[in-house]
Amino acid sequence: MSAVAAPAPARAAAGKPLPPISYKAPIAYGAVAAVALLLFGILPASGRETSFTMFAPGENIEFTVPSKPTAIVLCLIALGLAAWSFQATRTRRKVGVWLPAVYAVVLVFALLTWAVAGKAQPLPLTSLLQGSLFLAVPLVFGALAGLVSERSGIINIAIEGQLLAGAFLAAVVATITSSAYAGLIAAPIAGALVSALLVAFAIKYVVDQIIVGVVLNVLVVGITSYLFSTVLKENAGTLNTPPRLPTLPIPGLADIPVIGPVLFRQTILVYLMYVVVIVLQVLVFRSRWGLRMRAVGEHPKAADTVGIKVNRTRVWNTLLGGAIAGLGGAFFTVANGLAFGKEMTGGKGFIALAAMILGRWSPKGALAAALLFGFADNLQVVLGIIGTPIPSQIMLMTPYVVTIFAVAGLVGRVRAPAAEGIAYVK
Amino acid sequence: MSQATPAPEQPPAGSTAPARRDDGLESRAQGALREMLESSWLVTLAALVLALVISGVLIAAADSAVQDAAGYFFARPADFFSAAWDAVWGAYVALFQGAVFDPGAATFARGIRPITETMTWAVPLILAGLGLGIGFRAGMFNIGAQGQIILGAIFAGYIGFAWDLPPVLHLLLAVIGGVIGGGLWAGIAGYLKARTGANEVIVTIMLNNIAIYLVGYLLTTSAFKRGDSNNPVSPPIAENALYPQLLGPQFRLHLGFVVAILAAVFVWWLMNRSTVGFAFRAVGSNPSAARTAGINVNRMYLLVMLVAGGLAGMAGTAQVLGTEKVLTAGIAASFGFDAITVALLGRSKPLGTFFAGLLFGALRAGGFAMQSRTGTPIDIVLVVQSLVVLFIAAPPLVRAVFRLPSPRGPGAQPAELAAPVVKEAAA
Amino acid sequence: MKLELRGITKRFGALVANDHIDLVVEPGEIHALLGENGAGKSTLMNVLYGFYDPDDGEILVDDRPVEFAGPGDAMAAGIGMVHQHFMLVPVFTVAENVVLGYEPVKGGGMIDLAAARRRVKEISDRFGFDVDPDAMVEDLPVGAQQRVEIIKALSRDAKVLILDEPTAVLTPQETDELIAIMRQLKAAGTSIVFITHKLREVRAVADRITVIRRGKVVGSARPDSAETELASLMVGRSVSLGVDRAPAQAGEVALQVRNLSVLDDAGVRQVDDVSFDVARGEIVAVAGVQGNGQTELTEVILGLQQPVAGSVVLDGTELVGRTVKQVLDAGVGFVPEDRTEDGVVADFSVAENLILDLYDRAPFARGISLDPRKVQENAERRTVEFDVRTPSVDAHAGTLSGGNQQKVVLAREMSRPLRLFIASQPTRGLDVGSIEFVHQRIVQERDTGTPVIIVSTELDEVLALADRIVVMYRGRIVGIVPGGTDRDVLGLMMAGVPQAEAVQQAATHHTVLGEADIEASEEESK
Repeated sequence: MSAVAAPAPARAAAGKPLPPISYKAPIAYGAVAAVALLLFGILPASGRETSFTMFAPGENIEFTVPSKPTAIVLCLIALGLAAWSFQATRTRRKVGVWLPAVYAVVLVFALLTWAVAGKAQPLPLTSLLQGSLFLAVPLVFGALAGLVSERSGIINIAIEGQLLAGAFLAAVVATITSSAYAGLIAAPIAGALVSALLVAFAIKYVVDQIIVGVVLNVLVVGITSYLFSTVLKENAGTLNTPPRLPTLPIPGLADIPVIGPVLFRQTILVYLMYVVVIVLQVLVFRSRWGLRMRAVGEHPKAADTVGIKVNRTRVWNTLLGGAIAGLGGAFFTVANGLAFGKEMTGGKGFIALAAMILGRWSPKGALAAALLFGFADNLQVVLGIIGTPIPSQIMLMTPYVVTIFAVAGLVGRVRAPAAEGIAYVK
Repeated sequence: MSQATPAPEQPPAGSTAPARRDDGLESRAQGALREMLESSWLVTLAALVLALVISGVLIAAADSAVQDAAGYFFARPADFFSAAWDAVWGAYVALFQGAVFDPGAATFARGIRPITETMTWAVPLILAGLGLGIGFRAGMFNIGAQGQIILGAIFAGYIGFAWDLPPVLHLLLAVIGGVIGGGLWAGIAGYLKARTGANEVIVTIMLNNIAIYLVGYLLTTSAFKRGDSNNPVSPPIAENALYPQLLGPQFRLHLGFVVAILAAVFVWWLMNRSTVGFAFRAVGSNPSAARTAGINVNRMYLLVMLVAGGLAGMAGTAQVLGTEKVLTAGIAASFGFDAITVALLGRSKPLGTFFAGLLFGALRAGGFAMQSRTGTPIDIVLVVQSLVVLFIAAPPLVRAVFRLPSPRGPGAQPAELAAPVVKEAAA
Repeated sequence: MKLELRGITKRFGALVANDHIDLVVEPGEIHALLGENGAGKSTLMNVLYGFYDPDDGEILVDDRPVEFAGPGDAMAAGIGMVHQHFMLVPVFTVAENVVLGYEPVKGGGMIDLAAARRRVKEISDRFGFDVDPDAMVEDLPVGAQQRVEIIKALSRDAKVLILDEPTAVLTPQETDELIAIMRQLKAAGTSIVFITHKLREVRAVADRITVIRRGKVVGSARPDSAETELASLMVGRSVSLGVDRAPAQAGEVALQVRNLSVLDDAGVRQVDDVSFDVARGEIVAVAGVQGNGQTELTEVILGLQQPVAGSVVLDGTELVGRTVKQVLDAGVGFVPEDRTEDGVVADFSVAENLILDLYDRAPFARGISLDPRKVQENAERRTVEFDVRTPSVDAHAGTLSGGNQQKVVLAREMSRPLRLFIASQPTRGLDVGSIEFVHQRIVQERDTGTPVIIVSTELDEVLALADRIVVMYRGRIVGIVPGGTDRDVLGLMMAGVPQAEAVQQAATHHTVLGEADIEASEEESK
């Protein structure tokens, strides 16, 4: 008699079955491309031309294309990519991130070709990109802030408040010290203070993290607006006239055609952003700190069984996140040399949250999503100047619509850290 | 938790227990006192006091007289304290007079004007707060009242200015339109949650922002824009579609307040006396038991959002058909976000929400009076609001500050404020 | 390394999970800890692993007392644990999971992944595990995940390895592999504490066996003890619960289950081609060790899960494909296995819980309006009828004892005309008084002619109630036997031994309990 092999035939043999194939993504790609083809290619009148300019040192490169054929070709390329994605899904092959990236770029160009067709003024690509990067700065910092705390399991809805607190303190400190850099140092402290309240209530008093986040946003708006209306208004000259961060072109790099001025003729805040993105991208996935942070956010009990202090990890990461968001808040004041104003972050914290989700909780993903949102934001401004058929509000709402599609699982699977929002009480 | 049994637990004998422990009357009185000290209402009150005290510190700190006195604090500390007291007391008195009754007013009508303003401000807060409360009790964390109010206002406003209908009917249809608008907007989040499991917090936040741009966009279109104006303002709402004024034209108070009261009664009935509310509450408290009992949990998620959004949409009608009488991009002000704190403060119950809405309405109305009389900016109201909610969410903190006894049973923390916790599998 | 537990006691509120437990694990032995679900095995091991603080007692390592403030201390002392629910981060690679918590680092806090991979590779090769260090854990089959857990423990130089119900989730082939691994580890000098309720596995690998029941050590045995003997130690003495039960007056067949198969989310077959009938006025007990498909079987009948094949016909009506509501409306009463999770809503009053699945029908509802007076009246009546001890019908169900909560569920499910009654683990965690009450009510229900299905892992309960017994093992029906079947035979069938073989085996060796049962029945028949 075999002691253990009990009679249970053919259960292991089946193995792990393959999940059913989901065609959502390719269908979405195809549908959007088809609509674009109709709107940008087929329906518009023919015979118009679209001009773009690019800025290179010493000269402006201008090129002009026929609008209708170009838009049609671009949309057909997008359709081709959708077909590619369909085929890959059918055969269970994985496609790289290049596909959605190229797809997006192609469609954006189709949109641009259509939107500025027949306009006298050419579309300035360089400044479009430059502005996009600029507008993406607070989004990147905010998204990274959310990422660092959510990866450890604490939902951070208070990004908006952290940005605002950072903007406020940066302005005040920069004005008092007459140094934009001092403001840059103060900003993270303000963000971390907001985080300190978040963890105090979320971890010590086990309050729902979403509620704490929502309420903290109101609190920060209240305090900063109150102080603005009282102390700052009365002493605007001595408290709320921050100097502007100087632009520091990086010698050599700044002179590269097209991308040089976009990427390397910026303030230190933008360079800091590059550093933070790269450092986090490496540390989150390759360092001891990152591994433990992710373990705590995914499976706190497993982390506990190997001796990792779950709540301590969460506290430190959330504080770090707050500091990062606070730094991003400096964008609104010292990076622009602007005085602090009531609610001046205007919901950017929520777009940052969206960027974090769309970037699937990875630093480079968050960067890409923030750039996309920054682009949409800036495109709206640029097109507003040139004059186009697209209402600015429609452009402005795209980030939010895209995010809803993302969380509804329509553009691939978005998976939050498994233990996010769940208190760990032993 | 009802403790119907005569309090069996007394402090152990060695402690500072009263000598006449046998005296039933005394121990019962103590029990009553203890119960009072443990009650959640006391915590709410204490949280409010604490929030006012902390805000008072802010008020004093920003006051120039206090700042001056602080300069020679060590020479004459009394100056500092009296200046601080004056600043805080003055602000709060102005707040109260601006919110309830102004004794210095020339006429009686002027005198009671503040309370009517409070009631006017409270209407959208109560309506949206009621909707959010239903969601919280059914386990749906709906942050989207702001967007739902806007959509309600868009629908109601459009019907109000674009259609031409007889009295009563016009108002009725406009209100129904608003309810549908808010309901549909919230329904998106409910549908996505039921169908794809999409997190309603994220979806509703996104829908809020979309709604803000949507109303902005619509007000640039010819269908919504006032013909003679370049401003993003709709034509005025037709007279027939307006909520009638309750106290005549010199007050802003309109029928919306009565609607809010009726809505509170309706919500009470819905949650406590109807099968639908029963299912909502069951799903919110224990979805898997609800599923086992044959309740279609996903359908409830959708239904809850439709009802919650409908109420928020009704808040939008109060704004567009009652208070503002015109559709603007800022029609929802920050009512949607304030309503979250209203619902949380009211513990998601209709009566609590009603009074919380009145309180926050009073803070609003009084805030403006305070701003104009003592120069204390209305923004302090936001600080009070958020602090109150933070404190009621953390009863141990409030109890520690006021040295109140901790309650014996669980449930000290309102359930909808507590974080989900990993259930420890006790083997 | 020698490990000793002395007088370990652990309480959770009123529940004593471990009651003065003594245990000695000698170096290099495989020590089996045998006991039913809920006997307190896992609690004991969590104490040993530093996860719980014991209320009393001490732990000795090599005869020196030690204190564990947390799992880290236990690991440092050379104790490794493979939890029943794996403590692995699904989205990490094998190497990342293995090194988590004591990572090899290069400069700048970066993990030395090469070293981590080497660590995995080295142990994996030593024991022939064949685990890819770079595989994502969530993509691995459970057997491989378990090996990752073992590697994790061994890589921290565990001298004592605790395996908590390691075979609960394994296929027979994987179980074989695990047993081979355990033997290898033993040969390499590692002590193993093997927690299980499966007799055959214990006999196959253990050097010594300690049996735990209801939080206490009830005896120890050698692996050559008969399976039936071990079973009786584990399950305990037959307690006469005094259910007055007339022979069944079975009527016509009411429920027909045919070729039912259910897959779980991972695609594993949880119910495999199951067919049986239940007649009016009979109690059919589904017996089996926890996790052999019984839960899924009842959930499919209720409509909570959909089967991939098969049919469930009640009085000529197909139930498969219907919603839970429709099934309940068809006259099915259901007592779920996990009372607190699925049976009651803790923040609802007793009165509300009593109408949880009746709230939208007369007399409690008119249209969508609830009639609170009817709800109240119903509650007053039911609480008396079912002897629910509650301060008032408005008290929250969460404040009641388990027994009273269960009575609330029973009262609710039995308060309407039933065409089928299903109760899963109806007396789990109840005191003796409540057990008796519940059993009597179930028999009463049968006597009114209702077909009844009882799912139980407790042999005593099965024997006390069943008119017929369906024994399930790994999703399949091992056999359908009459109610009074010899408990030794049943025990063997629950371990997967086919009926004929079980009868044969039981005939050659009877347990004390089994013999007592036979004597009692002989006396009765005289």
